[in-house]
Amino acid sequence: MTQPEVVRAEAFRAEVFRADGIGKSYPGVRANDDVSFAVLQGEIHALLGENGAGKSTLVKMIYGLVRPDQGQMALNGQPHHPTDPREARASGVAMVFQHFSLFDALTVAENIALGMEHPPPRRELAARITTVSHEFGLPLNPSRRIATLSAGERQRVEIIRCLLQNPRLLIMDEPTSVLTPQEAELLFATLRKLADQGTAILYISHKLEEIRAHCDRATILRGGKVVDSCNPRAHSARELAAMMVGGEMRLIDRTGRQAGDVLLQVNDLSLPVPTGEGTALKNVSLSLRAGEILGIGGVAGNGQEELLAALSGEMRSAAAAVTLDGKPLGAASPEQRRKAGLLTAPEDRLGHAAVPDFSLTENTLLTAGTRKELVRNGLIDHKAAKSYAEQVIKDFDVRTPGPGTAARALSGGNLQKFVIGREVLQTPRVLVVNQPTWGVDAGAAAAVRQALLDLARAGAGVIVISQDLDELLELSDRFCALNEGRLSAPRPTEGLTLDEIGLMLGGAHGMEVASI
Amino acid sequence: MIDPISVFLLLLAAATPILFAALGELVVERAGVLNLGVEGMMITGALAGFAAAHATGNPFIGFAVAALAGASVAMLFAILTQFLLANQVASGLALTLFGLGLAALFGKPLEGIKAPPMPIGPLRINWIVWLGLLMVPLIWWFLNRSRAGLILRGVGENHDAADALGYNVRRVRIAAIAFGGAMAGIGGAFISISIVLQWTEGMTAGAGWIALAIVVFSNWTALGVLAGAWLFGGVTVLQLRLQAAGVSVPVQLLSMAPYLATIIVLVLISARQKFSHRAGGAAPGSLGQNFHVLR
Amino acid sequence: MMRLVPRTETSLPWQIATPILAVLATMITGGALFAIMGYDPVAAIRTIFWDPLFGPAAGYSRPQLLVKAAPLILIASGLAIGFRAGIWNIGAEGQYIIGGITGAAVALAVYPAEGMWIFPAMVFAGALGGWAWGMIPAMLRNWFGASEILVSLMLVYVAQKVAAWMAFGPMRNPEGFGMPGSRNLTQYPSAANPELIDGTGAHWGVVAAAIAVLATWFLFSRHIRGFHIRTAGLAPRAARFAGVKPEALVAFCLGLSGALAGMAGLFEVAGPAGQITDSLGSGYGFTAIIVAFLGRLHPLGILLAGLLLALTYIGGELAQLTLQLPAATVQVFQGMLLFFLLGFDLLTRFRVERRVLA
Repeated sequence: MTQPEVVRAEAFRAEVFRADGIGKSYPGVRANDDVSFAVLQGEIHALLGENGAGKSTLVKMIYGLVRPDQGQMALNGQPHHPTDPREARASGVAMVFQHFSLFDALTVAENIALGMEHPPPRRELAARITTVSHEFGLPLNPSRRIATLSAGERQRVEIIRCLLQNPRLLIMDEPTSVLTPQEAELLFATLRKLADQGTAILYISHKLEEIRAHCDRATILRGGKVVDSCNPRAHSARELAAMMVGGEMRLIDRTGRQAGDVLLQVNDLSLPVPTGEGTALKNVSLSLRAGEILGIGGVAGNGQEELLAALSGEMRSAAAAVTLDGKPLGAASPEQRRKAGLLTAPEDRLGHAAVPDFSLTENTLLTAGTRKELVRNGLIDHKAAKSYAEQVIKDFDVRTPGPGTAARALSGGNLQKFVIGREVLQTPRVLVVNQPTWGVDAGAAAAVRQALLDLARAGAGVIVISQDLDELLELSDRFCALNEGRLSAPRPTEGLTLDEIGLMLGGAHGMEVASI
Repeated sequence: MIDPISVFLLLLAAATPILFAALGELVVERAGVLNLGVEGMMITGALAGFAAAHATGNPFIGFAVAALAGASVAMLFAILTQFLLANQVASGLALTLFGLGLAALFGKPLEGIKAPPMPIGPLRINWIVWLGLLMVPLIWWFLNRSRAGLILRGVGENHDAADALGYNVRRVRIAAIAFGGAMAGIGGAFISISIVLQWTEGMTAGAGWIALAIVVFSNWTALGVLAGAWLFGGVTVLQLRLQAAGVSVPVQLLSMAPYLATIIVLVLISARQKFSHRAGGAAPGSLGQNFHVLR
Repeated sequence: MMRLVPRTETSLPWQIATPILAVLATMITGGALFAIMGYDPVAAIRTIFWDPLFGPAAGYSRPQLLVKAAPLILIASGLAIGFRAGIWNIGAEGQYIIGGITGAAVALAVYPAEGMWIFPAMVFAGALGGWAWGMIPAMLRNWFGASEILVSLMLVYVAQKVAAWMAFGPMRNPEGFGMPGSRNLTQYPSAANPELIDGTGAHWGVVAAAIAVLATWFLFSRHIRGFHIRTAGLAPRAARFAGVKPEALVAFCLGLSGALAGMAGLFEVAGPAGQITDSLGSGYGFTAIIVAFLGRLHPLGILLAGLLLALTYIGGELAQLTLQLPAATVQVFQGMLLFFLLGFDLLTRFRVERRVLA
């Protein structure tokens, strides 16, 4: 073990950032409670916790976006209480956001200028972007518009924006969630280089393996509190998960399924880019059997939403391009597809799968009107809708005061259980879900995954589109990848390595190729 | 017969109210705010400007007061949308209805009075026309070259990101709304002080709405606004010329021309934007959406 | 310091309270405005809001209430459907004018024939004219993505010019001694829209408005299409997911609100106005927007709001006569009312919390 060396090294390292007894409350939520930890110079320090543990609130306070209710922070030994991000930046804090803080219509240089306090003149800035980005092996063309960049390239812009300010403390909020495994490796190489130059890095994630591989220390948050602090290399992923979730992870049951007849077929489906923005689908073909779970992986923005829309009926195609039990459905409306047994659950819970301002009862009417007979001859049966909502709440353990609660008042996990439950209880022939556990706490994620497995066991076909490779490996029988609107040939999930998957996803997207 | 130079001068004058109002609205929309109250701000400016010019005998004071008045009523919209988070479409409509009513109410005593004479600027062109032409490169420079303009565009493109970077979204937007109000006020005052030369109720006659359409036409660029305003000015002058020439088409049908032209132009440009690569053309990403964050 | 915290459920008590608060705030601010202009604020407010119903001349003005409220409610019912779907028809004034013209055209074409079918045919033609005028922005939006807000509004000005042209040209009364304006339809029994019950002011437009209120109430409370309309307004992507075709919804909402406005125009031309003139547009189409918002886009609310705004019209005229208040006062009042309403609306969606500073 190298632990003694780490300890020795720490003795010589200066403390860059320290938090002492930080607390923050929102109406009804204690987001952070008495949080204390320190980040040392030159270390990659992981902040580990599941969704809702309070990681994002904590880093927003360090970056000046949110002000703590209690506690002290210090940067380089000086009190650190920024009133806004500019003040935080001026004192040496930089941050790469989970959902990029980039401006699509603006150029790379303009985006970087907006993230700096005193940007140099245009020409000089452009030259510096080119130099620094090459220095770190992350080439960027300063005059390109953000809208034309891939997810990996966008993250590069955020990182370069931080690097140009020579930060003392660099915060990375879930940076690998949009990257292929190969891109993530490149990112870690960059971070290591920075750490070796003396920058302290605070790395936020819930991905255990990458933290074990790359981080020097980890602070673990649960329910807004620090529950532990450790050397992640000295623990197994299982142990880290237990600390994060507070108890053993529930194992899901994959048994008792057998593949039956082909239910759903997609035949050479091509769709143009929907009104301006998005990804075109190119010659997508797949077939799905009863009792089978097909996993579709891919980096965000490679056609996932479009594929779901093509299956849900939001986007229509040639009738024969989508068939269920041999019946052509490609040109059918969403209602006709539901009638036939093809159900879907889109990624975006608020605003797509559910209407935020509607009650749960009203939200059942979005998809269950026909199959559950909540609507007859155009007339709504409010009583039936309410009792169906109650059934979903009960069967899927949705924590809510009742069916009259607005969807937006539910936590991500509970709303996701409701959305999945609403479809599953309609006993679909085929269910297609996109990002079923995105931003959901571990308990809800396990429940959703189990529900999908149970549905397949009962003889339905399930397609899981996800960016979470662990989830796909856990659930699916066969795996294929979406890359720039093309679907790869499926491969049996068993025996598939992470490296192979990375290559299926398109490898390191344009990382080697300079975009100049 | 028709002297091309004097036609061009007429066109410049006819285009000026729209040019001012549309340039102002351009800045507002680039900040991510859709203010449909242009008509109301213009009529307020037309009245306040005329009243001040009449009272002082100095048309330039009139324009200054018009700018102030336009900015003041625009603040009502700013309070509603930026602090009280009201729907921007409805608030803009309210501003238009309120402005039209307010101007009609206070304008009664001024009816029938002639505007004080306006000194003519270089090349027989009104000073305010010159000012409007000058505003085109100024606003272009502001939006595309200045730091403040970059921040404004950032706020309009993605207000969440701008907030995350520490910019005060609300402050930027209020400033933009005030500027838009001032510009609409000047545009309105140009109608009463320099074109019609008196005050009549409802005299803006849809100019504010045409300005809104021209911002769409411009694809959210200053130069595009100039082109749109001149196109509109051209149609207006042509229509007036045809009327004067006694063409055998009823006057009422001829006077539809500016409105029909606006619709046609709007359709053409929307179609181009719809079928081009980027949805919504160059429309700012956060246009029309309110911003609220719980700290 | 204060901060705004979003409510988990929209507050029903506040939804009812805010329009009332807005009316009170308008009265107070309006009163202050009158005081500044040198009028007695109490007398002015009483003249506008009380006297039309209970004052000395109430016998004359009370029937006017239904006459003015009917077109407002009829138009606002249609607008509310669109507004709920996020489709902004602000050109109801134009659809109202065109409906009046096409409806009257039927009568003027068959004059002096008599028959039971003439008036229903006029109503149908009026609705058709308004529908067609509303379908222009609908189709331009569906085909080309043109803003229905700007197109429908531009068409108001075009409609006004059409009305002027009709009044001076094709529809001018041949026996009118060259005066602009069409024949007076109230003097043409088969085409007239008379008072149905003496002393109430109720004409066929009132009946239509009542039906419109009931129908929209049914649409939003029981019918899936009403649900889809609300969904489209709150979450367009969720509506597509549920199976709503946005294009069809745009055509439905603009067409329907156009038809209702057109009908309102016909009832006015055949009744209270009596003829096609160049001032056919009387602002009902714009005031109806305020009615729709003040009524919270809810049928019952629209009914009450329509009556209230009708009251301000009548009260405004009364104040013009008795107090010499300028005619535009009512317009200012209506604008103010919408301002206050939009402002107070915050309270339905947010709680205002005092912020505790550490």
